[in-house]
Amino acid sequence: MSQPGQTNAEAQAHTPPPTPGIKMLLTLGGISMLAGLLVVLAFQYTAPIIAENQRIAIEKAVFQVVPGAMERRDFFLDAQGLKTATEGDEASGERIYAAYDANGQLKGIALKAEATGYQDVIRILYGYDPACECVTGIRVLKMAETPGLGDKIAFDPDFLANFNALDAALNAARDALANSIVAVKHGNKTQPWQIDAISGATISSAAIGRMINASGQRMFPLIQKNLAQLKGGQ
Amino acid sequence: MALPNQQEKVTLDTFLRGLWEENPVFVMLLGLCPVLAVTNSTMNAIAMGLATTFVLVASSTLVSLLRKFIPKQVRIATYIIIIATFVTIVDYTIQAISLELYNALGAFIQLIVANCVILGRAEAYASKQKLGASVINALGMGAGFTIALLCLGTVRELLGAGTILGFPIFSANFEPWVVMILPPGGFFVLGAWLLLFEYLKQRREKNLLEKEGVTSGSQ
Amino acid sequence: MDPNSLTFIFLNAALINNFVLALFLGLCPFLGVSAKKETAWNMGLATTFVMLVSSTSAYAINWILTELEIEFLRLICYIAVIASAVQLVEMAVKKLSPALFRALGIFLPLITTNCAILGLALFQTFREYDFLQSLAFSIGAGVGFTLALMLMAGLREKLELAKVPSVSQGAAMSLMLAGLLSLAFMGFAGLGGSHA
Repeated sequence: MSQPGQTNAEAQAHTPPPTPGIKMLLTLGGISMLAGLLVVLAFQYTAPIIAENQRIAIEKAVFQVVPGAMERRDFFLDAQGLKTATEGDEASGERIYAAYDANGQLKGIALKAEATGYQDVIRILYGYDPACECVTGIRVLKMAETPGLGDKIAFDPDFLANFNALDAALNAARDALANSIVAVKHGNKTQPWQIDAISGATISSAAIGRMINASGQRMFPLIQKNLAQLKGGQ
Repeated sequence: MALPNQQEKVTLDTFLRGLWEENPVFVMLLGLCPVLAVTNSTMNAIAMGLATTFVLVASSTLVSLLRKFIPKQVRIATYIIIIATFVTIVDYTIQAISLELYNALGAFIQLIVANCVILGRAEAYASKQKLGASVINALGMGAGFTIALLCLGTVRELLGAGTILGFPIFSANFEPWVVMILPPGGFFVLGAWLLLFEYLKQRREKNLLEKEGVTSGSQ
Repeated sequence: MDPNSLTFIFLNAALINNFVLALFLGLCPFLGVSAKKETAWNMGLATTFVMLVSSTSAYAINWILTELEIEFLRLICYIAVIASAVQLVEMAVKKLSPALFRALGIFLPLITTNCAILGLALFQTFREYDFLQSLAFSIGAGVGFTLALMLMAGLREKLELAKVPSVSQGAAMSLMLAGLLSLAFMGFAGLGGSHA
């Protein structure tokens, strides 16, 4: 950027000296440390509040799908057995939420299930009553279905009524469901283990059926096997 | 507009510029990703607008405070680290305030860091101006951004669900125009707003030309 | 199709939930660079490459951060890695093809603030994809992004010769076009098919 008439030396004297590398490193390092400090502070301050929010959200969902429940306790369950929340972790089985009433009686178990619906993954929490061997309710946790059509699975009262006492009896060998839970076309429900799909939202309804069936085939026999321990609450 | 290296005096214009003349969305077409993604409801739009404004003001403040200490070569990297820090803070804050809102906004809270408006402000303004001017300007930009989000959010929610902030506006017979809360609706509504503004601008220019034609006598 | 299969993840990212037309990521280059098919193609390639690099790095970083239990630094690390990846690509393009470098202009460094790259890293973390799934996801995202860009470029090139109302010229027209493209892509929903 030299002006006409200037010598080379004068032009060079106008350019600022290059920033020493050490200054750049120090700045970046300093900024990074300040950034880290701020983030850690924010994290420490909000972590307990967030944990509490999550606890409240899960319990609201659990108490909705297991009617009459007042208290919840987490367990990890897989083919190897049942572990309490303190003994196990996500690697030792699927997390289930055992729900008890005010007297400590087991009212039901809430489980998560998911499957691909029309647009994206649908995730639900549903309740299972081991005494009547039936599903007691569902609550959609996450979905991206078409508003006004597929998203009716979350609040259409007729559809949700399917799950008030959906038959999930085990077969004679007690290792799988006696009848697969499946969604049928709207108006064609004849058996207590069928789900009456929402007309116009067949794929979303079918996804609910598939995920409960898959989860149930896997988990209900295990729940029945470990029922005594679940009832005891430890 | 002041020359870039001149220290600008803080005036009302410093704030108002971001609302209309240099509206980040409608005029500069920056930061469009969240504008279309989270405006399917008015509540989400307001939350995103406030979150972005907070990050904008906070990062402009820090950048302006440190502007004399940041070497030119690493300035972009520094700005990005600062912005990312405040976005992380906002992310945890929203989680603590309302999990429902957090799930509705999803990944777009963290995507505020990629919002060109914030980096653009830091580079073009906050790094050169004093603290006061930077903060006021950032507030103006944030307000303009929030207003743009509101424009889209209310229209999309009203047409797509018949409600505003969850309150039903139309009668029960209203058939929701569902596409408005789906992705194509976002594009259409923003396009419509831009059309409207362009039309208003052209009309104003035509009126100005006509007025000039009258005052300068017969040509 | 199994939702965890690589094919489904690829199709999901490229078509069913296209990054630009369904997830609204990467709109700045979409509206800014899509005027000519040539630039659109090159931008798409550059972005896909950056996506691959960022996706792999994000996977590695996330693994390290989880092991050390400092996940709150995730965002800062991701954006730092993306900025570096873009820097690398910039230098590579400058060296290999100066003409391309000039053609892309300011949009090459702007890939850093491209929500699509950061969005890619964040989604793959949220959905807890493993390494191969992340690769399929990033390639699918890149393909989808390039596809959207090319479609838009083709449409806009044709429109240059058409008589368009002056009020809608520019961004308004591009957005309406994008809306129509997005509407068309909604037809891909259910492409993965139902499955047990």
